[in-house]
Amino acid sequence: MAAGTFLEVKDLKISFPTDDGLVKSVDGLSFQLERGKTLGIVGESGSGKSVTSLGILGLHNKRNAQVSGEIWLDGDELVSAGAETVRALRGNKMAMIFQDPLSAMHPFYTIGHQIIEAYRVHHKVSKKVARKHAIDMLGRVGIPQPERRVDDYPHQFSGGMRQRAMIAMALVNDPQLLIADEPTTALDVTVQAQILDLMHKLQEEFNSALIVITHDLGVVAELADDVLVMYGGRCIEYGTARTIFEQPEHPYTWGLLGSMPRIDRPNLDRLVPIPGLPPSLINLPTGCAFHPRCAYEPRTGGLGRSLSPELAGSGQPGHLVRCHLPTDERQRIWREDVKPKLEAQ
Amino acid sequence: MTDQGATAEQADAVRLSDPVPDDVILRERADKGDPLLSVKGLEKHFPIVKGLLRRQVGAVRAVDGVTFDVYRGETLGLVGESGCGKTTTGRLLTRLVEPTGGSIDFDGRDIAHLRQGKLRPLRRDMQMIFQDPFSSLNPRHTVGTIVGAPFRIQNVKTEHGIKRAVQDLLKLVGLSPEHYNRYPHEFSGGQRQRIGIARTLALRPKLIVADEPVSALDVSIQAQVVNLLDDIQREFDLTYVFIAHDLSVVRHISDRVAVMYLGKVVEIADRDDLYTRPRHPYTVALMSAVPVPDPARRDRAQRERVLLTGDVPSPINPPSGCRFRTRCWKAQEICATEEPPLLPRLGDAASHQTACHFPIDDAEEVAGRSSRATA
Repeated sequence: MAAGTFLEVKDLKISFPTDDGLVKSVDGLSFQLERGKTLGIVGESGSGKSVTSLGILGLHNKRNAQVSGEIWLDGDELVSAGAETVRALRGNKMAMIFQDPLSAMHPFYTIGHQIIEAYRVHHKVSKKVARKHAIDMLGRVGIPQPERRVDDYPHQFSGGMRQRAMIAMALVNDPQLLIADEPTTALDVTVQAQILDLMHKLQEEFNSALIVITHDLGVVAELADDVLVMYGGRCIEYGTARTIFEQPEHPYTWGLLGSMPRIDRPNLDRLVPIPGLPPSLINLPTGCAFHPRCAYEPRTGGLGRSLSPELAGSGQPGHLVRCHLPTDERQRIWREDVKPKLEAQ
Repeated sequence: MTDQGATAEQADAVRLSDPVPDDVILRERADKGDPLLSVKGLEKHFPIVKGLLRRQVGAVRAVDGVTFDVYRGETLGLVGESGCGKTTTGRLLTRLVEPTGGSIDFDGRDIAHLRQGKLRPLRRDMQMIFQDPFSSLNPRHTVGTIVGAPFRIQNVKTEHGIKRAVQDLLKLVGLSPEHYNRYPHEFSGGQRQRIGIARTLALRPKLIVADEPVSALDVSIQAQVVNLLDDIQREFDLTYVFIAHDLSVVRHISDRVAVMYLGKVVEIADRDDLYTRPRHPYTVALMSAVPVPDPARRDRAQRERVLLTGDVPSPINPPSGCRFRTRCWKAQEICATEEPPLLPRLGDAASHQTACHFPIDDAEEVAGRSSRATA
């Protein structure tokens, strides 16, 4: 483990046996994260991003999920660790913000009760002290009159407030690793802006490592230092946010950028979508999982159909791409073919 | 949140530019032809009843006085956050619900209070695409039955039979004719949305109201469906009312855009006008909130962002005067007492109308104010 690395995931594989066959949701994922840094994981539904986050937190049921590989959190290995060990870390050293706060919170208990419970699981303190801490936390995430709202039930909060309460609950034990799974997808844009702003400030304050999982490239550009693009359960491109948005080299990343209408650019005639559908995780295409949708597959000379490419280094240091095309050709295609088309937007 | 300085000058500037000669408005209208759909003072108040006698104790004013025109062949985008009344407006336009007040002129006829029997023939001309591709298709019907239903309901005879017509429609929206006998669960979200679009197109409508048609789809699929909507609009000369909360998609697809807040239209303008020179503080806040996929501009975007505080007020008891005033950083006394009419402001063209007493002059001003709004 390199110095400064706080979380290291090595060759993580998570699959689920079903009647139709083995669903390989995550297939050999590796990445590292330092404290104070933000990693954005981008991908479409079924690309394995949420399964990865649940895997790190040890939330997969061992009876129906097969997890292998290594997850190192600050010197502890989590995959082989017992349920008790992981439970002691979960909510304490690592915490999660879920997408839908209405279903992630218990409707029968007050917001305060749930935050107090989360705190007292990991701290031997009286209810009174924990309650004070909960009120303090609610105030810090920007809930007005926290001493009154602490006794409200989740349904009495608006969507944005509920998400703030969720963040308060996740942060109550001062976690060093925070995973946010589509934290703003259920929210309106103006509320999303508030929440993103809040997460940014809190991360600076707590110096935690943050993983943001989203399908929204705008959110990633806003928060992430590094970006990991997933497709069919694998990482297909990894690099700094600047690299991924300014010099992406994987055809799928190009496709994502072309699919997205942008508010900051005058209109283009047509979007450039990715043809076809995301692959089934039971029957991944042979060779490169993206080859049936890839416009540049013919240029690999049949390699794309037969052989799965390795995740290999590219021009920039730390930039990894899983593609058969030679680096200089990818860079040329991006420069001459794809980028002008996107900028014509 | 009131602003003390520079008030008198601003107020004067507004007054000076307010009156617009009628002939200017008429000329603008004439350029675009006559509207296919013309909505005036549209209202929908849902009653709140209480007790055994189901006495009405109040009303949710979901749509509260909305006026706009939709011209033939254009796309009007309707944006706003949840609860602003955009979906209810869409349902009123297609008369899935009956308005409490106002008029809806569709193709020269007021349809606001038509009875069901009289409405049915009109449904051929106006169709709706729904948000959720899962609940809007009957899971027990085959694709053939679903897409063929409009023909059967309207008793339309097709040249080569309904099956052939349905298969042609499936091809048109990028599905295969072999899908005729399949069930909705066999399709992905994007494909289901295509089935919904095929059904919409069956009777060659004039107007399509699309309510968040792409928000449930993945990014790459979203682009496919947006392109499909573009193509069929060109091919069949369709008029769209496109309801969405995603301002980037609306910018891409619309010719004109109306921004709604708490049951009212606060700003309506040609697309480029609206996105380059937004006048209403709410429009400015809404647009600055959209995350831009460009990490190089991250810091600038965050600095210029106008963060609104608080939540949208309840439509049961909307604020007096301007409804946005409770969250607006420019609000003053007049905003609480007098509701600003939807008018061209600061010398805008007649097509760019804003309902604000203190419209925003240029982008610089916004950057200066943002810090105050967050404080």
